[in-house]
Amino acid sequence: MTPLYQINIRKTLADAHLEEAIYAATARLMDHRRQVVAPEVLPDYEELREQARRIKQHTLENLDAYLEQFEAQVQGRGGVVVWARDGGEAADFLLELARRKQARLIVKSKSMTSEEIGLRERLEQHHLETVETDLGEYIIQLAQERPYHIVAPALHKTRYQVGEIFSRRLGVPEETVPEKQTKIARAVLRQKFLAADIGVTGANFLVADSGAVVLVENEGNARLTTSAPRIHVAVAGIEKLIPRAQDLAVFLKLLGRSATGQPLTVYTSLLAGPRREGELDGPEEFYVVLLDNGRTRVLADRDKRQSLYCIRCGACLNHCPVYRRIGGHNYPWVYSGPIGKVISPQFQGLMQDPWLPFASSLCAACAEVCPVKIEIPRLLLELRAEIVKTWRREGRKRLERWAFRLWAWVMRRPRIYEMLGLAAGALMGEEGGRSWLAKAPALLNAGPLRAWFSQRDLPPPGRTFRQLWRTRTARVR
Amino acid sequence: MPARVSLFVTCLVDQFFPKVGLAMAEVLERIGYRVEFPEAQTCCGQPAFNTGYREEARQVARHFLEVFGQADYVVVPSGSCTAMITRHYQELFAKQPEWLERARRLAPRVWEFSRFLLEVAGVEDVGARLEAVVTYHDGCHALRELGIREGPRRLLARVRGLELREMESSEECCGFGGTFAVKFPELSGAMARTKLEAIRRTGARYVVSIDSSCLMQIGGALSRAGLPVETLHLAEVLARR
Amino acid sequence: MPRESVLHKVRTALARKAGQPAAPAPPPRLRIPALDPEARWEQFARALEKLGGKAQRVADPAEAGRSVAALIGDRPAVASQAPYLAECGITRLPSVQSGFRDPAALRAACAAAEFGITSAQYALADTGTLVIAASGQEPRLISLLPPVHIAVLPAGRLLSGLDELFAVLPAPAECASALVLITGPSRTADIEQILVRGVHGPGEIHVIVVDGRETTG
Repeated sequence: MTPLYQINIRKTLADAHLEEAIYAATARLMDHRRQVVAPEVLPDYEELREQARRIKQHTLENLDAYLEQFEAQVQGRGGVVVWARDGGEAADFLLELARRKQARLIVKSKSMTSEEIGLRERLEQHHLETVETDLGEYIIQLAQERPYHIVAPALHKTRYQVGEIFSRRLGVPEETVPEKQTKIARAVLRQKFLAADIGVTGANFLVADSGAVVLVENEGNARLTTSAPRIHVAVAGIEKLIPRAQDLAVFLKLLGRSATGQPLTVYTSLLAGPRREGELDGPEEFYVVLLDNGRTRVLADRDKRQSLYCIRCGACLNHCPVYRRIGGHNYPWVYSGPIGKVISPQFQGLMQDPWLPFASSLCAACAEVCPVKIEIPRLLLELRAEIVKTWRREGRKRLERWAFRLWAWVMRRPRIYEMLGLAAGALMGEEGGRSWLAKAPALLNAGPLRAWFSQRDLPPPGRTFRQLWRTRTARVR
Repeated sequence: MPARVSLFVTCLVDQFFPKVGLAMAEVLERIGYRVEFPEAQTCCGQPAFNTGYREEARQVARHFLEVFGQADYVVVPSGSCTAMITRHYQELFAKQPEWLERARRLAPRVWEFSRFLLEVAGVEDVGARLEAVVTYHDGCHALRELGIREGPRRLLARVRGLELREMESSEECCGFGGTFAVKFPELSGAMARTKLEAIRRTGARYVVSIDSSCLMQIGGALSRAGLPVETLHLAEVLARR
Repeated sequence: MPRESVLHKVRTALARKAGQPAAPAPPPRLRIPALDPEARWEQFARALEKLGGKAQRVADPAEAGRSVAALIGDRPAVASQAPYLAECGITRLPSVQSGFRDPAALRAACAAAEFGITSAQYALADTGTLVIAASGQEPRLISLLPPVHIAVLPAGRLLSGLDELFAVLPAPAECASALVLITGPSRTADIEQILVRGVHGPGEIHVIVVDGRETTG
């Protein structure tokens, strides 16, 4: 039986329009990035990447110290740090806070961490109106979908679909010009900002020496979320720490460039505590929820710890030939693309979707563009090996395991290897195996050869190299 | 006494593209090397390694180290297999110091074919002639694991009569990926079709690469699509005169 | 307790003990190019205009005041209480509201105004960025709610870029509850990657850089 993920992947591939749209959209993002990291524009790009990786490595290796420093700094400025072991605890804190403050409306700015823990859904279940304010994320909320891309959540939606969604959900006339659609969203969301009691954000960085939450965005919705409501709650994974504000000089240069090809995004906010004496706006209360939700488990694995370096720029998605064809909804969890393949198994459990780390040609385009130099292909290989080990232990995937054992046995025996090669060549005949395959028993018919021929041909068999080499050597002598 | 090189032709070339191996031998002999083919060779172990079967990969890798351990130079018509031997063997044997040491000692003597010509032999012009328009596909492992980008193009530029016409996104994966091609056939096929389209738009007669695995994928898709473009390994181009 | 539990797990994962200080961090990496004032202005103007903003250079504070007056005409504007705006005579312009004491009044005025006028603590030449530290004098909403943002600052506050900013401001949290870097007009490309300006923040941004010595700051 064909597994569901294969069926879904086929469905996306069969939708030529969608595949083309994703491919073109990611091509533009690739192009934008290339222009701003070019040596003539940013000569020290490689040094910046190296420094970013070093800082992330250092911070994670000393994370407890930085978490405590951050906490003390936040408290020193009148903010509150809340610790959450999982998404449930993070949501419970918010619900309790909302109850205590009699809050009725929450505005949210886009955050993968809150997607990860289904925060909005959890709040809505308790009848707390929660509105996404990033335009793309708002579209996704109205469409009741999951973000398609870490940076561009509505990448897959056409403006016609957006027009239909707005018309259906907001009761406005159908509008298909993005500029006018944006105006509609601006008007609706402006009222929400001004009426909201709590603003919820994620964090791009948490600065230990400053107790600051750093938010990076283009629309201004994160600024409004953290300026208009009387309470600001940032929900962030513990891996977001960096030691010093000065390190931002490195990370900010890399993040915007890698994500959208911007030397700096339009707005970068460093938020340190509630409004101060004499200020007329900004939140009166400031909370940072430090979320574990599986991160400490990843941290314990020295080798794969580097998955936590990720700054969620999405560059690996844009450059991934697999993501560019199957899009963001064929991945089992909110994190898609190459980084999703690496972190989903670590957060969700290795055997939850064991196919995932195998869905890569290991082309390494992701590692080439990662601003913090995560060795994604190497981690995929590690995960594959762990999955195979588990299969072995649990006695599963017998056929594949048997095939590789046999293969290894043959490959250590050159004589047998040669004989089998000749036999296979003879069996395959003129058409390189296609005619033979058609007559093959069903078992073989479902195997790798069948998969190969479903897409392409095989070179017609002939003599092997070693046969030709012997003839050649004989002739020379 | 001319220097001695050992060919590791790779299992793929042995079984499917024997002419690539012969072409490589011919070019190496032409520039003065004594070429040997250790007959006990089979595979580097990459198929198992990339599919997660580390123990099986180790068995085959040990066989490789035994066959080639004493070679002066091992020349390989594949960036992918070269990267497997020079880089991934060290991961594979991380916990087996004796084999790790053998892998480390051999690694600097294992060369991808184009790089061997340029960096060891110091030859850019091997006296080849091919009257044709060709386009070059960057194999992912050659490009991103070994950093091979300009070398093959420099060698092609010296081939008389040859015009190199770059395709769009020559650095984008062809979709082969070893067992990926059979675990995700439709996805792999979609990647190949993009590559085909880029190749077709150049109007080239041949698509050239330094990896036969990419050429097997691209050639198989070309054949299925009925496009009048042929695949050639760089060694085959350089052997023409 | 979640706090103890998370910290315990972190320490176990890292084989660290409670209270153990962090190992020395890699030194910060700040590279400040030598850039004369003229080059700073040119880079700034080029970068900002590339983003769809407008950069204007004037000779003195009085001219800055006249420029702002010409931009806003008799349409409603709000201005911050940054001393430099007063020095330029901007807070005294007839259609400008300033000197708010009440949060609700500030918010209502910003929501209704067509222009928000602020100064800026710094500007970054290489990216065309304004650096604004929130304070009682410089509220956040003025540069955020009105559809057009005008910023006026003396040329001496032009820094080369992020590295110089974090060199002169190593501890930004000390000076403000919110330090905001503004690089061009608010924008989105969330629908079919078509660029639209003015999503939630201002869709237009004018920066007036004033030559001559700064007397207030």
